[in-house]
Amino acid sequence: MPSVLILGANAGIGRALAAEFASHHYDLILAGRDLEELQSLAADLNLRYHVSTRAAKVDVLNFEAMESALAACIAPGGDALEGVILCTGYLGDPEAARTDLNEARRILDTNLTGSALALQVLANHFEPRRKGFICALSSVAGDRGRQSNYLYGAAKGGLSTYLEGLRNRLYPSGVHVVTVKPGFVDTRMVFGKAKLPLVAQPEAVARDIYRAVKSRKNVVYVPWFWRWIMLMVCSIPEGLFKKLKM
Amino acid sequence: MSLSGWGRYPVESCHVFRPEKRSEVAATLASGLQSSYIARGLGRSYGDAALNENAGVMWQVLLNRFLSFDHSTGVLECESGASLAEIIEYFLPRGWFLPVTPGTKFVTMGGAIAADIHGKNHHKEGSFSNFILDFRLLTPSGEVLLCSPDAHADIFWATVGGMGLTGIILNARLRLRQVDSAYVFVDFHKAPNLEDALETMDASDERYDYSVAWIDGIATGKTMGRSILMRGNHAPAAELPARLRKSHPANGNSQSGVRNDLSIPTHPRWNLFMDFPSGALNRLTVKAFNTAYYAVHHTVPRELVGFEKFFYPLDAINQWNRMYGKRGFVQYQIALPQASGRAGLRTILDRLARSGRASFLAVLKRFGDAGGGLLSFPMRGYTLALDIPAARGLVPFLHELDRMTLDHGGRIYLAKDAALQAGDFAAMYPRLESFRAIQRKLDPNRVFSSSMARRLRIVD
Repeated sequence: MPSVLILGANAGIGRALAAEFASHHYDLILAGRDLEELQSLAADLNLRYHVSTRAAKVDVLNFEAMESALAACIAPGGDALEGVILCTGYLGDPEAARTDLNEARRILDTNLTGSALALQVLANHFEPRRKGFICALSSVAGDRGRQSNYLYGAAKGGLSTYLEGLRNRLYPSGVHVVTVKPGFVDTRMVFGKAKLPLVAQPEAVARDIYRAVKSRKNVVYVPWFWRWIMLMVCSIPEGLFKKLKM
Repeated sequence: MSLSGWGRYPVESCHVFRPEKRSEVAATLASGLQSSYIARGLGRSYGDAALNENAGVMWQVLLNRFLSFDHSTGVLECESGASLAEIIEYFLPRGWFLPVTPGTKFVTMGGAIAADIHGKNHHKEGSFSNFILDFRLLTPSGEVLLCSPDAHADIFWATVGGMGLTGIILNARLRLRQVDSAYVFVDFHKAPNLEDALETMDASDERYDYSVAWIDGIATGKTMGRSILMRGNHAPAAELPARLRKSHPANGNSQSGVRNDLSIPTHPRWNLFMDFPSGALNRLTVKAFNTAYYAVHHTVPRELVGFEKFFYPLDAINQWNRMYGKRGFVQYQIALPQASGRAGLRTILDRLARSGRASFLAVLKRFGDAGGGLLSFPMRGYTLALDIPAARGLVPFLHELDRMTLDHGGRIYLAKDAALQAGDFAAMYPRLESFRAIQRKLDPNRVFSSSMARRLRIVD
């Protein structure tokens, strides 16, 4: 059976993706910070879908241990590892991050530095094998900076650019890179916030992402209509945009 | 966030938390952010049991992982947010079914324990807690206790039926029952009046795993209480028609093959995208429905029915509660003891029929012996459930019914209730003081409370 590594599998879209791939008979390596929770999820997906599942501890903020942690993650699976999906993300507290530089740094490090470093290691794993896919969750927030979450947006924008370059680098080796830009999804980032429109369920988003991986899409907005929303948002002239409350 | 139970009455503003990790539950309790908390699952209790006005609601739906399953004994361990629907989806195709199920599968394990739910087989199997081996309870002090009928038995029996007031159930072990197919052989019996319905049930319910009656809440006089009895047994695979018996290895993954007899019979799923106008279900429309429903059903033996249609007819319509419009409705469910049950049912059905209030769905069944839960609802005798639209004068009317219920030695089901008064509640639940003593010791600082707990002074 092919397997897939999911980084940030414990919650939200990562957890939904784990179930989506399991339902298509993929074995799973579930990675994240909280090993005990991941072990519960591993048991759950094994019981539901009869696939083999394994939990592994990886913290993208632990830069020093990144290579060894990821090596330990992927070594047992060997060449059965078909791809990796990076779902790690941290919206943080944008208000606090104005003055709390540690919070600001955590937002930048989780969404850009840590994510890119993890993918760097994984790219080096797939490239010589000349097959596989790398899929990562960026965000529509990376398409244009807004006052409400510009640190998160900047990091995700950086990640999108990183993925663009990585796709270009890996193209000759046949390793495919998918950039996913979710809109509002009913996860921790959105839950409890004042009523947002067009909130999608993680399971629906996971189905779209699975299809995008299978059909080797380059950049995909989920749900699809965010492509058009962001096209409009991005076409607003900066002179006007800076005056908007968004 | 504004929140209600399934009856959409009452609607209250609550602070909702949706933990995704077990550790978050304890951390939230310890944070002191809210004055009190109540756990909530899929929100199928009808009234204010899972509401906590201006205080904390711990929405457990994402803590729904299956943790282990023993194929030899059928014991499933899962987190409290796992729904009965999920359990059926993944375990019925392997030949396992719920030992006790309510009329909807959209309830969670935690909710099922907290309300000590019953099903159409109560006369044989008792309530849900009979099949709970143990559970882990996060207590108000932050300690996690493994509770079972043997360990911390007092807390176990206070939690079973305890409406979430002893703590938050994190995970539980449930013994599933083995079934041979996803079908039930149902005998339909048309009872022209209440006497006939009760006689028939008393005489022959023991022959059936499941027994329930739809009862016309509007008919009066000689036809008062006319009913359609639906009683059934799980269908053995060998007795199914050939098209349902055959295995179709091509259909699914070839290793296990898909057994048609255990595959889930699917029904069209309808959605109510908008509210009906609040008066749409009125005396006229309900009378027309009831008359038609009674007319189209006949006494038929051994009809083969898929489990969805037999156990969960209303689950086929998403958000069927919208039929009652924005004002919502209450479900009024009572249990009456065997001895005074008939007189009680007659009194209450007569009062309902004369009230001019419409009861679209009325269900009657027999209960077996009461279980060990200190606040568990069932008692040997009968139970009647009525859906009544919210309208002017409803609360005083319900209080009148409460008195009648009490006069006949009966009680109200807390999972459905929205209007009972504290005094009547205390009179209906004789083991309340034992519950309070355990609860007080467990939760001296009142970490757990709900709108219902305050209305009924369950914790005092």
